[in-house]
Amino acid sequence: MTHSIVLAGPAAETTRLVTYWVLAIGSVAAALGMVLARRAVHCALLLAIVMLSLAVFYLMNGAPFLAFVQVIVYTGAVLMLFLFVLMIVGITAADSIIETLRGQRMWAALCGIAMLVLLSLVVGHAAIGSAGPSTAQFGNSNVTALAHLIFTKYVYPFEITSALLITAAVGAMVLTHRERTRPKPTQRELAARRIASGHPTPLPGPGTYAQHNSVDMPALLPDGSQSELSVSPVLSGGGPAERPALTGPQPGVTSETPPGSGPEAGDQ
Amino acid sequence: MVSPAHFIALSVILFVIGAVGVLVRRNAIVVFMCVELMLNAANLAFVTFARMHGGLDGQVIAFFVMVVAAAEVVVGLAILTSIFRARRSASVDDANLMKY
Repeated sequence: MTHSIVLAGPAAETTRLVTYWVLAIGSVAAALGMVLARRAVHCALLLAIVMLSLAVFYLMNGAPFLAFVQVIVYTGAVLMLFLFVLMIVGITAADSIIETLRGQRMWAALCGIAMLVLLSLVVGHAAIGSAGPSTAQFGNSNVTALAHLIFTKYVYPFEITSALLITAAVGAMVLTHRERTRPKPTQRELAARRIASGHPTPLPGPGTYAQHNSVDMPALLPDGSQSELSVSPVLSGGGPAERPALTGPQPGVTSETPPGSGPEAGDQ
Repeated sequence: MVSPAHFIALSVILFVIGAVGVLVRRNAIVVFMCVELMLNAANLAFVTFARMHGGLDGQVIAFFVMVVAAAEVVVGLAILTSIFRARRSASVDDANLMKY
């Protein structure tokens, strides 16, 4: 193993122990926080902590290839996909606290405890030996050995996997495809609609004349009031469902907005 | 000494947390995240068992689990997006048209 060459002796064992306990406690805490956090974005970020800790655990178990796949595929791709969809759905999508089924949380917690007890009994009765002989497969040649195994013994599952991935990609495209029901508006129609909307100029940028220029900071108008048009409706808490339509009457510039009711005020 | 039993115990705990999250949460995206947590916990068990037995088959299975999980997330999130487009909600309680 590469890391046992670098870290040998009792110091290595201490390092492994400390790494294990720090990351284990951290990942369990992050997983609990993921279940308990109300905001979906917080859940996604806590899940990232769990996944990165698991990547380190894979490294400790002599699986460097899987550790990197974990970081690249899970943390890099899957979690970013979650965040993209969260941005589509609306960043403030928070769970309601009201239970629709009475006692659901209590029963869920009971089921969880029962499952934990059951699995602990199973694991406790199983004879889990110590770490096996660290053959050459677990060292530098991990990738080579895995590739050898995938392309010889598991070549048929691997080929079926490619079919699965193509099916998933096509399925995602079919599911999210939207048929155009109206003819595409021409540039002339768009211009006419824009003039008719009563707001022909571009919307004001966030943070103009305000104290800082982050995207959630509403711009200040000449009279000192805040322009809510300058903040993206996704960020200001309404979500895309309440995005102001360009054709309809504009909710417009609300003067007399109290300073506290900025982007945080839309948070139910 | 970090034995494989340590990792198996951690895997069990993470799996149970994920399962409770699937039961408790309303937001369909968070339910998906909890499913991912369960898959990750299973992967950790696979990798640990591979280390225990000194073979690489467990790592190959974990690799396949990752591929299947990626495909599952793609299709699941596409379904969620289309449901959200139709019903303006990502809550699993609101997708109840076929209930009765």
